[in-house]
Amino acid sequence: MLRFLLNRITQIVVLLIIVSIIGFFILNLIPGGPLAQYALDPGMTQDDIERLKEQLGLNRPIYVQYLDWAWRLVRGDWGHSFRDGAPVLDVIGGHMFATLLLMGTSTAIAIAVGTWVGIRGATHRYSTFDHVATIGAMIALSIPTFWFGLVGIYIFSLQLGWLPAGNMYTVGEESVLDYLHHLIMPSIVLALVHIAVWSRYMRTATLDVINQDFVKTARAKGLSERRILMKHVVGNALLPMITLAGMQLPSLLTGALVTETVFTWPGMGRLFLDSISYGDYPVVMGLLMFSAILVIFGNLLADIAVAIVDPRIRLS
Amino acid sequence: MTAVAANPGQGRWWRNRAVRRFANHRLALLGFTMISLLTITCFIGPYFLPHDPLYIDLSVRFTPPLVDGYYFGTDPLGRDIAARLLMAGSVSLLVAFSAMLMSIMLGTLVGLIAGYRGGWVGAVLMRTVDGFLAFPSIFLLLALAAALKPTPMMVTIIIAITGWMEVARIVEAEVRSLREREFVQAGRMLGLSGAHIMFREILPNAMGPIIVAATLTVARAILLEAYISFLGYGIQPPLPSWGNMLGGAQQYLASAPWLAIIPGLAITIAVTSFNFVGDGLRDALDVRDDRL
Repeated sequence: MLRFLLNRITQIVVLLIIVSIIGFFILNLIPGGPLAQYALDPGMTQDDIERLKEQLGLNRPIYVQYLDWAWRLVRGDWGHSFRDGAPVLDVIGGHMFATLLLMGTSTAIAIAVGTWVGIRGATHRYSTFDHVATIGAMIALSIPTFWFGLVGIYIFSLQLGWLPAGNMYTVGEESVLDYLHHLIMPSIVLALVHIAVWSRYMRTATLDVINQDFVKTARAKGLSERRILMKHVVGNALLPMITLAGMQLPSLLTGALVTETVFTWPGMGRLFLDSISYGDYPVVMGLLMFSAILVIFGNLLADIAVAIVDPRIRLS
Repeated sequence: MTAVAANPGQGRWWRNRAVRRFANHRLALLGFTMISLLTITCFIGPYFLPHDPLYIDLSVRFTPPLVDGYYFGTDPLGRDIAARLLMAGSVSLLVAFSAMLMSIMLGTLVGLIAGYRGGWVGAVLMRTVDGFLAFPSIFLLLALAAALKPTPMMVTIIIAITGWMEVARIVEAEVRSLREREFVQAGRMLGLSGAHIMFREILPNAMGPIIVAATLTVARAILLEAYISFLGYGIQPPLPSWGNMLGGAQQYLASAPWLAIIPGLAITIAVTSFNFVGDGLRDALDVRDDRL
């Protein structure tokens, strides 16, 4: 296990370095580069900007600038928001809960529904259910998340009036039930694509397991089909799904950004868009780096979880 | 000296079987038909419509569908949605298709070099692929779109930048497995250059997975264009795209729902069609793909 961990951690460090180089490159693409903040200020003359460049060390070789920027990232000094001067990490932290709540609920829905659909599709292979699920999954993957959200709002908020059209809670009545009421539609909207992905993978994984010798043995022992399915098949089929959960993180974050926009959900996605339209580049860069780091560590967690459950992985 | 020569007769047999399998794949055929119809309608249709997609007439704003010769109604500026939808379709399809071409070229090049050279060159290239994959695509897209001027060309390039990694991975894996095969060794023994072996010997044998990936990349590119244009950082009005037609639709959802429903349906139909075709091609070309 220790060797496995060391191995993974080395890979992660390399990955973090590459991600930070890509991030630094984008930072320097931004008009005005790291000085964009001052380009907005009409009181700044060209001489002032030159002097600032000197002061901030922007005349140094590019690799020295990169190392300096990366070192500040590592130390947690991610700069300050242009809007209110708050440290970028604090701003991000303030919006993290809403996004994680949305992503967590969505993932739970996607796993529950996707697993059920996938297993049923595999045990009833080529049945009507299986065909409908297959085609349905492909259509679900093709629906733009924001459009699905708009249709949902039109039907359930505007026509039926059952669910709120946006926000995380009603001002003045912030109960758990109220949160849940607001959470229903955005989390289902965000879950749709992932239900499709989970069900497809789960179907394949179940089919892989169903034909293994240990399932035949279980059947030969005279176990009931239900017991075989629950105990032997599902457990083993779910194993590769842990890795899938990690792999889905980038697309989950992408979906969350879009969903948050449609439902005015006060998470990191909305913060990202607000910061872009405001020209608040430190927060934009911070969120870009933060999302990548979240993805990398999410995948590490998934790998560790698989290694804990499955000895074949950590011993190979 | 291609693979066809190395395995005589295999090329034609493979092609026939693939075509037959594709033709037997009902969803793929449906998708293929839809794409053809959609493309023809979007590029030729505007010439047959009575209204100009850019003509503003505030006196007919918010006309519901099927009224006064406006098949899909009008938008908040009184422009004909049917005409705009077709023009937007040609823009979206063109952007998606060009982005796919760029992604495939970049991804194939990176995958070929990484797979064939291996060693530290391959390691550096493939870790770069991993690095790009760590960014959620929309965050990367929007950060780039915010930094660069969103002309249609730039939007295409930005979408391509976020879409080449999967292809690179697929090609790299394919090339790595082909690298030590006899026909490649024979080429090496004949003294062929590395570039010749990569592009003329190995690449033709990796075309199956690349074609499948290309189809799915178009689907992805249509969706991503829609996302960033919907959010206001993609194709800029007055030039319509399926995404930016939806951009202002949310505020009129109660009074003019067709503004949101119609372009969204167009996107869904187009993307579904490409996914169906990709699925059919995967079966026809015997490509094993773990993505779905």
